[in-house]
Amino acid sequence: MHDEPAIETAGLSKSYGRVTVLKGIDLRVARGEVLALLGPNGAGKTTTVRILATLTRPDGGTARIAGHDVVADARRVRRVISLTGQYAAVDENQTGAENLRMMARLRRLSRPQARRRAAELLERFDLADAADRRVATYSGGMRRRLDLACGLVTDPEVVFLDEPTTGLDPRSRQAMWRVVGELTATGVTVLLTTQYLEEADRLADRIALLDGGRVVAEGTAAELKDRVAAAQLTMVLTSTDAFEAALHALGGRVTQLDSARRSLAVATDGSAAHVRSLLDEIDPGRTAVESFAVREATLDDVFLTLTGTTKEAAGV
Amino acid sequence: MSDLLAWPVLAGRGLRLSMRNLEALLISLMLPVLLMLLFVYIFGGAIRTDTDYVTYAVPGVLLLCCSYGASLTAVGVAEDMTQGVVDRFRSMDVGGPALLAAHVTASTLRNLLSTAMVMAVALLIGFRPDAGPLGWLAGLGVLVAFIVAMSAVSAAVGLVAKTTEAASGFTFFVLFLPYPSSAFVPVDTMPGWLHGFAEHQPATPIIESVRGLLLDQPVGDRPWTALAWCGVLLLASVALSGPLFRRRTR
Repeated sequence: MHDEPAIETAGLSKSYGRVTVLKGIDLRVARGEVLALLGPNGAGKTTTVRILATLTRPDGGTARIAGHDVVADARRVRRVISLTGQYAAVDENQTGAENLRMMARLRRLSRPQARRRAAELLERFDLADAADRRVATYSGGMRRRLDLACGLVTDPEVVFLDEPTTGLDPRSRQAMWRVVGELTATGVTVLLTTQYLEEADRLADRIALLDGGRVVAEGTAAELKDRVAAAQLTMVLTSTDAFEAALHALGGRVTQLDSARRSLAVATDGSAAHVRSLLDEIDPGRTAVESFAVREATLDDVFLTLTGTTKEAAGV
Repeated sequence: MSDLLAWPVLAGRGLRLSMRNLEALLISLMLPVLLMLLFVYIFGGAIRTDTDYVTYAVPGVLLLCCSYGASLTAVGVAEDMTQGVVDRFRSMDVGGPALLAAHVTASTLRNLLSTAMVMAVALLIGFRPDAGPLGWLAGLGVLVAFIVAMSAVSAAVGLVAKTTEAASGFTFFVLFLPYPSSAFVPVDTMPGWLHGFAEHQPATPIIESVRGLLLDQPVGDRPWTALAWCGVLLLASVALSGPLFRRRTR
């Protein structure tokens, strides 16, 4: 049974009332792989994780974790997964050690085992000094680390991390990345959701881009970047009229725009010849373009191009 | 049955959490004691009862103490439901029954403690029960049944409440329930239209039983009525809690 994928879904769908949140999600995550579900708010990331973690029943489709169906075999699934949610689900009025010991006891470890396991995890997650302090006194980053540790009291096969760094300051985010990186190095399967491209790029082997309840693109960060273009030509136009004219001329080729700054971007292969011909096309009189820059495509470009989110709102 | 194993672990958690919520703990201890002092020393002189007023009022104060203390369960449950912790428990195969039973257990233990403290103050200010060991045991039994039932009702309310603030509103309502009963004033001194409610609401048979049992007076079938009320409230809450929990965790 070991060649079975850790996570496999087919046509997963879910609606809340009239709102369709998932419109058929197909995912396949191999054992030991780290998959990032990347998408804007409301794309269906959290709903997908909730279904996979047996918290929510899908309306249609199937999902299997380590070969167990999440609906029919929910109990078996729960034995092999761990879930760390968007908000730290730990008790503020218990100490870090008490929270961990409780989780270990709920996973049926004996009292001495629970104490030992809690001490190990506190050490591993750099919380040993704060072990006997109430969680209410912890910083946001410490809470997230404790929350993650609570999910690891028994070694799970599949770990779900729902937006593990949302709301953390940059330093705590770095610390969390390091911890997650160490976790993924142990060979556990991880499915994480994030709105941050950098996070997906850094932590995941593979990225599934979610938008409007569908997987709109899937692949490694490099593959996804290739799907957009090797590079982007960004221009700032001299006037609003010039901006409108350029927009009209380029039409659907515009990948990003910001009308307040009169800037827009188009895909290019990055060669001098192509950049020159693009500039000539937009600005034959050589008065409309104030400045330009060529930069390598980032995951932001992929995100904005493939999700088709309102380019304007996304800013950039 | 993983829920049976999780129950004591979560009850321990509930007890730790409520012992550390100092404000709530102090209020649930101070409020009944202050009300008791208020009734005994301020209103008591004006109220005519068959026994010393303090002796008349203490069972009512005990009930007030327990019902308020038990109603705090609603806040605890609402807190768990609105924060992520329920999702985590469910993903660990720890379900609603374990969580709710743990809340009720913790509440019962907590309330036994506050009952003991209120009783100690009552004895200090002149409460003189005449009951033998059996009477004490029976009186305590009725009180425990009430605490369990009221905690279960509160847990169900906690499942309905969308916010912890809404759940606290319920504790306020519960605080007033003992007044239109024979808790502090004999019912026959109340206006006629209130008699029906005051005599038949659950607080009355419970208070009368506890009072009668502790004072070694004839109680008739009152304790059975009291236990029947507790049983009905408990069963109804348990029956409602299942679907309520599922509705909240879809």
